[in-house]
Amino acid sequence: MIENRPGLNLLAHLTLIFGVCVVALPVWVAFVASTHGATDFMSGTIPMWPGPHLVENYSQMLGAGVSTSGTPPVATMMLNSLIMALAIAIGKIAISILSAFAIVYFRFPLRGLAFWCIFITLMLPVEVRIVPTFQVVADLGLLNSYAGLSIPLIASATATFLFRQVFLTIPDELTEAARIDGAGPMKFFRDILLPLSRSNIAALFVILFIYGWNQYLWPLLVTTSSDYYTIVAGIKRMADAVDGLPQWHLVMATAMLAMIPPVAVVIGMQRLFVKGLVETEK
Amino acid sequence: MKRTIFRNQLLPWLLLAPQLVITFVFFLWPAAQAVKQSFLREDAFGTRTSFVGLANFEKLWGNAEYLNSLQVTAVFAISVTILSMGLSLILAVAVDRMIRSSRVYTTLLVWPYAVAPAVAGILWWFIFNPTIGIMPYVLAQVGYDWNHISSKSDAMTLVVIASAWKQISYNFLFFVAGLQAIPASLREAAAIDGAGPVRRFFDITFPLLSPTTFFLLVVNIVYAMFDTFGVIDATTEGGPAQATNIMVYKVYFDGFVGQNMGSSAAQSVVLMMLVLVLTVVQFRYVEKKVEY
Repeated sequence: MIENRPGLNLLAHLTLIFGVCVVALPVWVAFVASTHGATDFMSGTIPMWPGPHLVENYSQMLGAGVSTSGTPPVATMMLNSLIMALAIAIGKIAISILSAFAIVYFRFPLRGLAFWCIFITLMLPVEVRIVPTFQVVADLGLLNSYAGLSIPLIASATATFLFRQVFLTIPDELTEAARIDGAGPMKFFRDILLPLSRSNIAALFVILFIYGWNQYLWPLLVTTSSDYYTIVAGIKRMADAVDGLPQWHLVMATAMLAMIPPVAVVIGMQRLFVKGLVETEK
Repeated sequence: MKRTIFRNQLLPWLLLAPQLVITFVFFLWPAAQAVKQSFLREDAFGTRTSFVGLANFEKLWGNAEYLNSLQVTAVFAISVTILSMGLSLILAVAVDRMIRSSRVYTTLLVWPYAVAPAVAGILWWFIFNPTIGIMPYVLAQVGYDWNHISSKSDAMTLVVIASAWKQISYNFLFFVAGLQAIPASLREAAAIDGAGPVRRFFDITFPLLSPTTFFLLVVNIVYAMFDTFGVIDATTEGGPAQATNIMVYKVYFDGFVGQNMGSSAAQSVVLMMLVLVLTVVQFRYVEKKVEY
């Protein structure tokens, strides 16, 4: 701060408080709605304060779900989401740290071509090549499986670039010392590179977990059996099904449950989250 | 470039294999299929395909629905970018004044990043629900009859708000980082020269923030064009009357619901070229550091 201007400080605080309220508004409304009973929505407008049905609504959704919508209990969908998010995060980190190691520490023919093959995936988000990718996954028989949910999403140029960047900053002297001591490439990778990139791995994990949990279009297409529905994709099916018969309290309870895990990760690991966000965009 | 390297020839290929296999099977092959499909046309029964050259692309340029989708995408992307970046910049400048409370405010502002676009769509859909939502109720008090199910502009406003809301936290974090990188001495010098807070913002802070602003501009356009599928699908599904049918949604809709493979593939190819251009812009100009 340059000079003390109480008026401006007050204005800044008011702006921020207003901003925080606007940002929180939809979640507050959803939370309130999720604590009411079905009949409370008939009266016209939705209530602004929590009602008495919190435990009842949430336990109904977690345990049984809405039978008319054809979606499984929310607990099942959350488990599916968790498996998919972990598979994507761990898979992406594993394959990209290995390929970054290969690109930085080896010289081999066609190295440039391999690098470009990975780089080009930056330009092909799943949404733009959705029809043929679906075809490939269907031909491989991966529909309705955890492999089909996660593997097509785990190739990522961003993670490879991040690890390449990290490896480039590791001093050559370490590699030389390791080689003089007789360490082979894999021993060097395991004992020196992995420990040195631990904090980058953790930061990347936070970002990728959120990315994986929030996938929508892909799970919507590859899961036709309700056993494999993920919560973010399932919520749409639920909202569609209750369109005729408004069960907003249950849809909003599901929305809250879909938000809680990734939001908890962001708030609980804010430092790693910010680090990951800034690093992956460099 | 590393000076010290390992000499194995086979090992690097083994290390690269998983990523290259996945990239080839799920990225390059489908992309090639899309390009191939875009030059073909299937007959009504899907039994015969014939090579039609650029006919699929030519049809796109003559198709009123597609031209409408281009326009909708442009309006949508620009509105989301301006709304979300504007709000985030105001909040970031306010937080930049704070010393002790900045961490608390930051925590309270960053969490929407973690909300899935589809869930964000559902939340705002509920708030704006014409029969039970709060916003239509509030708007009715001032005499506005909100209905996103029949009004095109209301539907567009809804998806813009839902998409911008989710992106505020991302822009906020990058603007805060950008503001902190501006040396305090510059603003102090301007203050000594008698420049007030508003003048300092427009003459010093904002110009020096331009690398961040430009970077966010590209990121937000990419976000609005490709990552908002969930928002659209969970709320308006492209309607009413194509008013929110952005290009990414149309590719999906024509391919899976309309079963028009040739047209959908041609649209995919157009989108891929757009991403290509945006990626090149991002890499070339962000490197150069836009500054005055």
